[in-house]
Amino acid sequence: MILTPAEWEVVRLSLLVGGTACLAALPVAWGLAWLLARRRFPGKVLLDGIVHLPLVVPPVVTGWMLLLFFGADGWGGRALALFGTSVLFRWTGAAIAAGIMALPLMVRAMRLSIEAVDRRLEEAARTLGAGRLRVFATITLPLSLPGILAGTVLGFARSIGEFGATITFVSNVPGETGTLPLAIYAALQQPGGEAVVARLAGISIAISLAALIVSELLARRMGRGLHVL
Amino acid sequence: MSSEPAAFDIDLAIRRGERLIEAAFVAQAGATVLVGRSGVGKTSVLMGIAGLVPLERGHVRVAGRDLTDVAPERRRAGVVFQEPRLFPHLRVAANLHYGMKAGAPWDATIAMLGIGHLLDRWPRTLSGGEARRVAIGRALLSDPAFLLLDEPLSSLDPERREEVMQAIEAIRDELRLPILMVTHDAEEAARIGTAIVRL
Repeated sequence: MILTPAEWEVVRLSLLVGGTACLAALPVAWGLAWLLARRRFPGKVLLDGIVHLPLVVPPVVTGWMLLLFFGADGWGGRALALFGTSVLFRWTGAAIAAGIMALPLMVRAMRLSIEAVDRRLEEAARTLGAGRLRVFATITLPLSLPGILAGTVLGFARSIGEFGATITFVSNVPGETGTLPLAIYAALQQPGGEAVVARLAGISIAISLAALIVSELLARRMGRGLHVL
Repeated sequence: MSSEPAAFDIDLAIRRGERLIEAAFVAQAGATVLVGRSGVGKTSVLMGIAGLVPLERGHVRVAGRDLTDVAPERRRAGVVFQEPRLFPHLRVAANLHYGMKAGAPWDATIAMLGIGHLLDRWPRTLSGGEARRVAIGRALLSDPAFLLLDEPLSSLDPERREEVMQAIEAIRDELRLPILMVTHDAEEAARIGTAIVRL
């Protein structure tokens, strides 16, 4: 497919935003998944609900809340101002929006994979002299890794497609926050933009499909041969 | 009589939901067999001694060491669970190495259990008897101070049963490790046990 330099820039920016979003969300999602899978604590149901909020709240609301938080008067905005920086109208802001929208999907996949690790194997490892850290590194982590990777890839696919929260939070600045969905939307608004829309939509579908297939293959690996009996 | 401490000096209570499982016994060296009807809590007692379930009260002393508040990884309990619990992402050799201490008798253990031909295999490809013998080997190589065996002979065909039984007898007589074994089979209890504790 022949793309114009401006369209290549859209693709590059989308991959940058999506990649940054899912890599930054990875440790957060993993930590939350671990808490929800393994720990009992007061307020667990509430935390579970909050984590899943971006999945059900209108994305424009999530974008608006990010705007409040990272705006000039928000805590996040003021904290960043101390370092002389801001995420408003920047690709970093787009990555934050995408990461937050991807978080629930990532947590869900990772939580399932952590729950699927047989606790009895961890017990066996401890009787063999392994402390908690070694049990984690040699048993829990490798056994849940396919699910963690699947969740990350799924989060990447979700990040690439993020629209509502992004356009609300950081607007559509070509070359800075104009990711694939935003560029497609902008092209739709212009007379004669159909060819651009078709090309970008094709790229969009290809990236998403590839990510879904990779995620599915990883999830299947998780189910194979990882049982005790 | 010698003044050696008892192999097992156990007095514990474990809460399992509504039930309180209690066990108190003292056993000398050799193989002590824990018998009792199914569901009475034999496995829970073993897990309590291994440190894998919390005690409601009581103490666990093995060969003179008070293990009551010791973390499971420091108890030096060689545990063979009812199901083999081999690590599915590691080959047999890596499973055996997992808890292995320097100077552990690798060759002798492999030979005694007859598992030399299994080292490159994945756990999911092993038969029940093979997996059981690997699990016993893995426990032995971790340099245990004592063995806890939970129905190590169940669900094995007669031939394999005989092999595993001989391996346990060898551990009892040659390695002289204190053994606490759960079984519901009277014949096994009579053949392996040097003492019987009824729960």
